Amino acid sequence: MTKTNHILAASVAAALSMAAGAAQADSHAQEKCYGVSLTGENDCAAGPGTTCAGSSTLDYQGNAWEMVPAGTCATMELPVDGMGHARMGVTQAALDEGNYGPGINRDLPSNLDAAIAATYMPVAM
Amino acid sequence: MSARPDPHAAMQARFHAALWSPDTPGGLGPDTACARRFSVYRNNVQHGLCSALSRRFPVIERLVGAEFFVAMARVFAAAHPPENPVLITWGAAFPAFLARFPPVASLPYLPDVARLELARGRAYHAADAPTADPAALMAGDPSDLRLFLAPSVSAYSSRHPAVSIWAANQPGVTTRSLPAGPEFALIARDAAFEVPVLPLDPAQHAILVALLAGAPLGQAAAKTDPTSILALLLQHGLIAAIEGERS
Repeated sequence: MTKTNHILAASVAAALSMAAGAAQADSHAQEKCYGVSLTGENDCAAGPGTTCAGSSTLDYQGNAWEMVPAGTCATMELPVDGMGHARMGVTQAALDEGNYGPGINRDLPSNLDAAIAATYMPVAM
Repeated sequence: MSARPDPHAAMQARFHAALWSPDTPGGLGPDTACARRFSVYRNNVQHGLCSALSRRFPVIERLVGAEFFVAMARVFAAAHPPENPVLITWGAAFPAFLARFPPVASLPYLPDVARLELARGRAYHAADAPTADPAALMAGDPSDLRLFLAPSVSAYSSRHPAVSIWAANQPGVTTRSLPAGPEFALIARDAAFEVPVLPLDPAQHAILVALLAGAPLGQAAAKTDPTSILALLLQHGLIAAIEGERS
């Protein structure tokens, strides 16, 4: 290694330790939580044809998400749906694990393509 | 070989043209109720576009005032109507429009503030990217490393103190005295889906521009120490992939 490379390696190491220190300070981690946002208050997804943030048209819409503190998504208290079934939020990680599309198959706008809704995570009965 | 004219397309073209003129589209019939209804439609379209523009450029709206902004937005929308139905892509021409719009000629920094707001919107809607394992930075010769940054990352520069002007006009910020001279920033979307505007010095900006252009780390940081810009990229999780020299 040349002298310049030693200096560069020292810079990289310094940057890594600075970033690691900052990451520890950042304890309020958040995650995407589907199916918990109120009408028009989603952070993103939903749509189509709008700027997407604030575009959900139903309360607790299954394909709209918002950022929530990590670990609180599935335990958040939500009112039961029209059929009396309990509602639960679902994290992006849970959808990815089950290979589902971006949403839960409940509380969806009536004009959503059924083929798209079928890729979403089914509601546990 | 002339294609048969499509009467529907012709009607749509007349409708579209009439959105930006005071006339009712030809072919609607002579009746005044049609004209009245069309003007409601025209007003809805224009109002919707003005609202979209003010959501996209809130600091420009604040700088010129809401009333002036609406009047200016109507001129812009007529000159640069959306070219597709996805409104998130609309407004790219707004900075250049501001640079040539005579009534705002006395605010030379306005186009740069608009470019900053445009860059934030693009960062917000940029594709997702994984975050690379930082340990890869310590593997091999650091000067040969290539850093692939997240698609939301952009390097921003202005001849004006546009970064400070933008920051001073955020909700809840009381205006401080502004510095003079050029300013630089890194704009990107972080893990919490916020779009921070991170002020840079000229040297950090130069390294960021070189990294975005694909230069290996040794070349990008040939003149300046890259520690602070690397730490910033790592802190915000903006390095998507790290590649060493292929051996």
